[in-house]
Amino acid sequence: MILKPMSIINLFNDLKEEFIFNFIDGNRWKWLVEGLGVTLQVTFFSVLLGIAIGVVLALIRSTHDTNISTISNPVARNLLRFANMIAKIYLTVIRGTPVVVQLMLIYYVILVSVDSKILVASLAFGINSGAYVAEIVRSGIMSIDKGQFEAGRSLGLSYTQTMTKIVIPQALKNVLPALANEFIVLLKETSVSGYVALQDLTKAGDLIRSRTYSAFMPLIAVALIYLVLVLFFTKLVGILERRLRNSDH
Amino acid sequence: MTTDKNTKNDVVIKVSDLQKSFGSLAVLNGINTEIKKGEVVVVIGPSGSGKSTFLRCLNRLEEPTGGIIEFEGINITDKKTNINKHREKMGMVFQQFNLFNNHTILKNITLAPVMLGHMTKKEAEEKAMALLKRVGLADKANAYPSQLSGGQKQRVAIVRALAMDPEVMLFDEPTSALDPEMVGEVLDVMKELARSGMTMVVVTHEMGFAKEVGTRVIFMDEGIIMEENTPAEFFGNPQNPRLKEFLSKVLM
Repeated sequence: MILKPMSIINLFNDLKEEFIFNFIDGNRWKWLVEGLGVTLQVTFFSVLLGIAIGVVLALIRSTHDTNISTISNPVARNLLRFANMIAKIYLTVIRGTPVVVQLMLIYYVILVSVDSKILVASLAFGINSGAYVAEIVRSGIMSIDKGQFEAGRSLGLSYTQTMTKIVIPQALKNVLPALANEFIVLLKETSVSGYVALQDLTKAGDLIRSRTYSAFMPLIAVALIYLVLVLFFTKLVGILERRLRNSDH
Repeated sequence: MTTDKNTKNDVVIKVSDLQKSFGSLAVLNGINTEIKKGEVVVVIGPSGSGKSTFLRCLNRLEEPTGGIIEFEGINITDKKTNINKHREKMGMVFQQFNLFNNHTILKNITLAPVMLGHMTKKEAEEKAMALLKRVGLADKANAYPSQLSGGQKQRVAIVRALAMDPEVMLFDEPTSALDPEMVGEVLDVMKELARSGMTMVVVTHEMGFAKEVGTRVIFMDEGIIMEENTPAEFFGNPQNPRLKEFLSKVLM
């Protein structure tokens, strides 16, 4: 983009030309739309997977740390010890290595025969996010006063009933801001999907750049789309938070 | 069933040589006692004497490290017993109330009976409202715990335990976390409960309550029962030197 001696009109015309050249010619805007679709799909599935893995790991870790002494069955106790060990290894490995490396390992080494790149990326990012969600949820569970748990158990509720009806709802409410943060990070982390040739939003922008040899427009467009997504998501979480707060002061 | 109906009517909880240690720290060093139906047993003692631990062992919120607890003739310290089933019949009231912060007062009371299949939601709500009325808190049914005062919370906590139709109620220092002006309203509810014939075990520092409604008072120190007697004898004619010393400090 060449900026001529300044006038607003000129600048505007230049931008308009750039815009048409980058997005309208050859229907290149469709790449962005398709890329956005891929990004949203991968993010959606990995968020779900991340929550599932995270909650299970958090339960294993917190049960092990606070309640193992109350488990009388020796088989169950050893099983929990083993599960806790696996969970710890999982957390160490996943949090200790870069997500791009994990993604490539899963795509090029572990799941070579799987065709769907969206599936592979969702798995990789979900597995990655699960480790972070696990620690967030665990901190939430640990933040709930022990008395809440004891009150549930004293009424005859089982461990699972007490956790699902009393402890976890309060824990999740407490960690909602931290979870939202994790999902914003996750959404933007999917921008490395291009490493396994998955055409997500970022890759689409880069593809346009490689055709038009003009970096400004496609990259700014991509950045703006991410920004709008994050703003929208933040707003959503804000509403959810307010509603939860209203329900129990 | 008919044979153990007598024991069932008589002894609700039988404790034999109950021991509990946390690591190398021995807290209970062999407790032996029986709680009979309709008794109001008040447990007192200096802090660190193991009285709260004793109470919490009765429904296995603390796992005993030795000895036997029988509830309605069944050994509940046996690892094979389903403790949840027995806890349904042992209501517990905590020092810190422990109302479920994420549920309304009504839901706090109906949650367990409905979830455990004792009542339908409608039955449980009717019962909860009746009980709330009894403790003067019917208008708080839809409030959340954070909107209640300490005394109100504790009355709700008592109602929550009562909603399960327990055979025995365990109170763990129910008035110790309350502002002084709220102690009375909670004690009144407990007194009414005692008069209605409920079997109660109460760990407390309220000597007045022990004298007025207790049928038996237990003095614990160093993890054992040092003395137990009727309130009149217990306070009027204490035998154990430790108890004499304790009473001289608290009764003024």
